Amino acid sequence: MADDRQSETFYLERFGVTDREVLAAMGRVKVRDVDYADLYFEHTVAESISMEESLVKRASKSISQGAGVRATSGEKTGYAYSDEITLKQLEQAAETARYIARSPAGAGPVPAIRGSRPARNLYPVALPATEVATREKVELLQKIDVLGRAYDPRIKNVMAAFSTEYKIVLIADSDGKLVGDVQPLSRLQVTCIAEEDGQRQMGTHGGGGRGAFSFFLEEGRWERYTREAARQAILNLKAVDAPAGPMTVVLGAGWPGILLHEAIGHGLEADFNRKKTSAFSGRIGRMVASELCTIVDDGTLEFRRGSLNVDDEGTPTGRTTLIEKGVLRGYITDKLNARLMGIPLTGNGRRESFQCIPMPRMTNTFMLPGESAPEDIIRSVRRGLYAVSFGGGQVDITNGKFVFSASEAYLIEDGRVTTPVKGATLIGSGPDVLKKVSMVGNDMKLDEGIGTCGKDGQSVPVGVGLPTIKVDEITVGGTQV
Amino acid sequence: MTTLDRNLTDELLAKVKRKGATAADVVAVEGDSASVQVRLGAVDKLSKAQEKRLGLRVYFGNRSAGASTSDFTPAALDDLVDTTCALARAVVEDPHSGLPDVTVMAKHSPDLDLYDGQALPMDRMIELATRAEQAALAVDPRLSNSEGADFNTSDGRTVFANSHGFYGEFASSSFSTAVSPIAVQDGLMQRDYWYAVGRKFAALESPEAVGKEAGRRTVRRLGARKVSTCRVPVVFDPEMARSFLSNLCSAVNGYAIYKGASYLIGRLGERIAPDSVTIHDDGRLPGGLGSKPFDGEGLATRKNVIVERGVLKTYLLDTYAARKLNLASTGNASRSVGEAPSAGATNFYLAPGTISPEEIVRSVKRGLYVTELIGFGINMVTGDYSRGAVGFWIENGELAYPVEEITIAGNLKDMWMHVEAIGNDLVFRGRIASPTVKIAEMTVGGE
Repeated sequence: MADDRQSETFYLERFGVTDREVLAAMGRVKVRDVDYADLYFEHTVAESISMEESLVKRASKSISQGAGVRATSGEKTGYAYSDEITLKQLEQAAETARYIARSPAGAGPVPAIRGSRPARNLYPVALPATEVATREKVELLQKIDVLGRAYDPRIKNVMAAFSTEYKIVLIADSDGKLVGDVQPLSRLQVTCIAEEDGQRQMGTHGGGGRGAFSFFLEEGRWERYTREAARQAILNLKAVDAPAGPMTVVLGAGWPGILLHEAIGHGLEADFNRKKTSAFSGRIGRMVASELCTIVDDGTLEFRRGSLNVDDEGTPTGRTTLIEKGVLRGYITDKLNARLMGIPLTGNGRRESFQCIPMPRMTNTFMLPGESAPEDIIRSVRRGLYAVSFGGGQVDITNGKFVFSASEAYLIEDGRVTTPVKGATLIGSGPDVLKKVSMVGNDMKLDEGIGTCGKDGQSVPVGVGLPTIKVDEITVGGTQV
Repeated sequence: MTTLDRNLTDELLAKVKRKGATAADVVAVEGDSASVQVRLGAVDKLSKAQEKRLGLRVYFGNRSAGASTSDFTPAALDDLVDTTCALARAVVEDPHSGLPDVTVMAKHSPDLDLYDGQALPMDRMIELATRAEQAALAVDPRLSNSEGADFNTSDGRTVFANSHGFYGEFASSSFSTAVSPIAVQDGLMQRDYWYAVGRKFAALESPEAVGKEAGRRTVRRLGARKVSTCRVPVVFDPEMARSFLSNLCSAVNGYAIYKGASYLIGRLGERIAPDSVTIHDDGRLPGGLGSKPFDGEGLATRKNVIVERGVLKTYLLDTYAARKLNLASTGNASRSVGEAPSAGATNFYLAPGTISPEEIVRSVKRGLYVTELIGFGINMVTGDYSRGAVGFWIENGELAYPVEEITIAGNLKDMWMHVEAIGNDLVFRGRIASPTVKIAEMTVGGE
């Protein structure tokens, strides 16, 4: 393959529009008093297959396409979309979008279109997973069932779901830029239910990214997901009630990076800071974390779930330092907020689909490694919690309070990891929690690729990463007083 | 343009039959929606949309699969038929799959008063949102910022047909107002919100009423502090009681039950709560946000008693989950276009008690009144419950001061068994609704 980046002609043909039609619609929307306008075309094929009770009995496929037209004028945004891509629909959408500018009718002059290919392809895939025969996916899920049940006789049910999508997007903006991208995304999730003496427990593990279907068959990945789900279910059978109250918490490497996503990531999205509704508003240049902490958002990692060649406004993604040695350095931006705030455009303008207006969103957010050995971090704790796997998290960006829920955790007693404890929610304050990070491990790991972030009703795939870290104090929401 | 009607569904069902499918159903929706957001008195966002989507599900004996598309051109629909049939041949036989029995299909489709028909111009929507935000910010001078006020409308039509010859359709609409003001004091900020939602514009609470309540809820959070870790009674306000009830709603879902993924498996006919707890799911509530004349498989919806005086009477079941459990469908098939049917609530609510929420708070000497819960710390298999909470500390029967950055923890089994009081303040603001609920004791995690 000489160059797997597609030409703009490929995209225009895919959506059945010509550059003339794009220009005509743009002329309708980019009228006087409209600062910026764009057209976003999307075609998505999605497939999902699931297995339970040893039967692969659910399969579904969906095809959706549509186009959205946006106009911004000052702080205002007008948006309209339709699932029919015709010149008439685009022009109608343009009329609605420009309504916010209250300009008189008529078309404005717009620059000619220049095709602009992404500088790189972070996720070249010869055969997208949506094109792989359903039969192969069915076989994989059946193997997962066998392996999960063989792990331990106490495993009573194995559920697995494979989902994949293949998204083709084309963005035309009022500066004349036309850029397309092809974005594959897949995920495999395994859940095991264990039962013993009338007690039941559940364990879940999975992974994915923007690679091919073969990703799951390589390096023992599907086997690892399955064994991890089974191990966690069995382990939790023996878990005791979690403690309640403030304590020292050691977070394991990888997925516990959800801490960063909730505690600081959302608070550094530019829209909240422009509106001064974030607990981090006006804190650039201030210490918001211990000097051991350097945190970045990086949308340029190959094949990662949170990565993109270009964001959903056509801006190439990048690597943005959010916190450098404890000092707050920058926000993540989309076009509207970068322009209004006069700060750099970071390539974080994302949307769930053509049905949604883009917003500043994270990509892959992680902390750079430190110098401590993970064993030394555990050894330094007399009494605490060691949390290695998490369910979801949530934050109130205005007061900065965030939670995230441990699904696999242990007590640390006298520097040793001892008894497993039941899941518990950890709660803290975003602007404070990272100041209490007193040790950072040398074992930085990115998560397996299962994260989905919700904001304002829009879900987008994201990644997180973390080395083992020690947080001197955080409130643990168990039941044991 | 293709219209969504019986001709279209008949044609699709005939096509799949020619492909050798033994049964099939079609669900399709189309609609328009519009939303405006106003922030600090100026328009922030306007959005308008037209959408349609069609899903086809086919059966080859006991093998089945579904597919959906937003492209209604004849060529795309032919592709859809081929794709769905190919997918169905790739999955394994499942003896419990298949359409409902032909004898149980809904006979008629009553008008449940779900459609308004009123289209509001954008300027009117902007005015409504503006008034709501103004009313919120006028409550207190400390309400000096805002995440904005929204006004949303949508209306649409749902069509369902299957190879038993069932065809049904209904129209529905919704209107909603939401306001999220921000209060600032001593450099610290608090946010809260309030909203109104309904199927008829004329019945919607005024923007002023919504705004005023949003302002009141937000400003009272200023000065929140932590409390010490302890075990105390917990009172859920109606919104949080609704969240607590939604956890029970998930646990009685037939799919969670047959998969063994609920803490309520095998509890049918047993006591799961005190006598004071009665829970209904009513698919026929006039104008209800979860009402529909027939369910996602074409069965008549109805009013089911889920919990009667503390005893679990039924799970929420569609045909598949019912067959797995050797029971009969409760008319609770929920269907999103393109997905297989599943079980889901219609209008699921906890019957109100006789005492006022004020009396409930007065009955607590020292405890927690919860107005917001965050996070996902619920294990449905075991019922273990641990969530972040925001609210007020109750001291001698009064809301003494706001609290935050605390957790509440327990187990859903115990929490329901220890429901100590239920308020008389039931209002429907969604498909799940609850009055104020008091739990005898939970662990509060704090300082």
